[in-house]
Amino acid sequence: MLELRGINTYYGKIHALRDVSLSVQEGEIIALIGSNGAGKTTTLMSVSGIIPPSSGEILFKGRAIHDSSPEAIVRLGIAHVPEGRRIFPFLTVMENLSLGAFLRKDRQNIKKDLDTVFDLFPILKNRKDQPGGNLSGGEQQMLAISRAFMARPGLLLLDEPSLGLAPLVIKQIFEIITELNTTKGTTLLLVEQNANLALKTAHRAYVIENGCITLTGKGRELLVHDDVRKAYLGL
Amino acid sequence: MIDTLLKSLRTALWFMFLTFPILAVRIDSLKNAVTVRWPAVIILGAVIFLISVLWHTAGLVKRSWFFRFDGFKQFIQRLPDQDALSPFMIRTTLGAAAVFMISLPFFASSYQTNVMINALLYVMLGLGLNIVVGLAGLLDLGYVAFYAVGAYLYALLNLHLGIGFWIALPMGAALAAFFGILLGIPVLRLKGDYLAIVTLGFGEIIRLILENWDRVFKGPSGISHISRPSLFGIGIMESSVHHAIIYMYYIVVVLVLSTFFFVSRLKHSRIGRALLALKEDEIACQAMGIDKMKTKLTAFALGATWAGMAGVIFAAKTTFINPASFTFMESAIILSIVVIGGMGSIPGVVLGAFFLVLLPEYFRELGDYRMLVFGGAMILVMVFKPRGLLENTKPTVTYVSQQTGPDTP
Repeated sequence: MLELRGINTYYGKIHALRDVSLSVQEGEIIALIGSNGAGKTTTLMSVSGIIPPSSGEILFKGRAIHDSSPEAIVRLGIAHVPEGRRIFPFLTVMENLSLGAFLRKDRQNIKKDLDTVFDLFPILKNRKDQPGGNLSGGEQQMLAISRAFMARPGLLLLDEPSLGLAPLVIKQIFEIITELNTTKGTTLLLVEQNANLALKTAHRAYVIENGCITLTGKGRELLVHDDVRKAYLGL
Repeated sequence: MIDTLLKSLRTALWFMFLTFPILAVRIDSLKNAVTVRWPAVIILGAVIFLISVLWHTAGLVKRSWFFRFDGFKQFIQRLPDQDALSPFMIRTTLGAAAVFMISLPFFASSYQTNVMINALLYVMLGLGLNIVVGLAGLLDLGYVAFYAVGAYLYALLNLHLGIGFWIALPMGAALAAFFGILLGIPVLRLKGDYLAIVTLGFGEIIRLILENWDRVFKGPSGISHISRPSLFGIGIMESSVHHAIIYMYYIVVVLVLSTFFFVSRLKHSRIGRALLALKEDEIACQAMGIDKMKTKLTAFALGATWAGMAGVIFAAKTTFINPASFTFMESAIILSIVVIGGMGSIPGVVLGAFFLVLLPEYFRELGDYRMLVFGGAMILVMVFKPRGLLENTKPTVTYVSQQTGPDTP
């Protein structure tokens, strides 16, 4: 479904991604793990076109998207939940959600998806007219995921959904992520620092270090891989 | 208490020190002597000391006598948020306002009508800038440039080609929108302070061009004898200034109403929501598929459109324009209208415009002190109501459940 071939991305002179290649098949949950500054977020930013790569190819459903604008990429069906949630704090929950469906014109289906979101996260329905900034961290993360879901993406890019949340809430979020994948058929590319949880949730995973993919394999396999255990699980 | 007194004393001394050169030192050029007006300095010090003590004790005994009798604060804070008003109250107020506005020229003098035209012009300018600053959050300090573009377009077309008001009006709007995009393109990447400085520069550039390129724009002496608007192609309005003003008044009322209509529709539209979102988080916007460039340029173009129209009206109203009408001070006032009224709020901007245009106008009696009153009122509003007189709190979308059954899950 998504394929990155030799992606190089720069921030000014800083070479953030070096020949990153990875692939995501339809229906998979893929985890991308790595330490701070390894290039996890940059990878997602490059896929969604917010920080376009300077060389390499990104194919989505067979179409090259590395030269496309962010809005064209969203239109093709890739939604991005940015790091740190980035909900719109002064807009209400409803406004946030409707912005998620910004490019869609099928009003009836948007309403249906809204109901789906409120079924998944009943708390958002209770708070639908409150400003997003009044929500707790966990609720904001739910809102961010829901907002991206409102674009009805084929592929959802999730950047650190566990950031700054309580363990119980993280568990809940990951259950929903799995549910989005199994019942809604959403393919997920997940970036996480919480390697343990990410590897347990994902079908396959990639390890990124200093902008290079160093390791790849099935989630459960990496969980018992010696290097991964030492570097990311602290065992 | 001692603390308060010491603090107040320090404040008073600072004030005396800071105002010393302008207040106390008096140079008598005839006698070639410098005199120092000590009594004035001491009176000032005492007054500041008293105010400071009052201010601090008020902070200590909050909600005691001082605050209960502080009518201004009460008045300001009681101004409800938009959505707290009942529909009946809104309708009654709007009805009364409509009757007042429509009948105004019949009982008011030409002077009063003219003042009201001026206020309405600023309502238009405020609503236009509100799109840029209030909705999209792009701080534009050179907004007056677009106003100038509209005014000069009409003045020059009228001077050289004899083109009338009604043709110039859409042309002014279009040209201003074009200039809006022209300014927008280079500043797309800038935000906040940086954007403010560039727009400030843009405003000054336009003014300096108008001032110095005399062959085209007639320089500081300006362009005079601009035609007033005609009625169905008949220039009967030239005969009586009073009638011309009344006619102008109704034109402005209609244009302001259409501005209301447009801006409120815009606010609740997709583009409006995109603008609001852009103000809060650009990266999230991009992740939602909102085209950042297009949205920003739309904001600049739409905002400028109204300034352009207001400019054409201004030229037709005063029949004379020169660069002095388009200084940075104008931009600052329009921005203040938006900020004091309440960013993003339409009734807020209307209130802000009336406040900022009518207050200095009707306080002319106070002579030199009117600017002091004006500035003081601005400070008070910002201290007690920092988000503007009428906050913008109304959500732009509401949820209607598809499922039947109780609304709460």
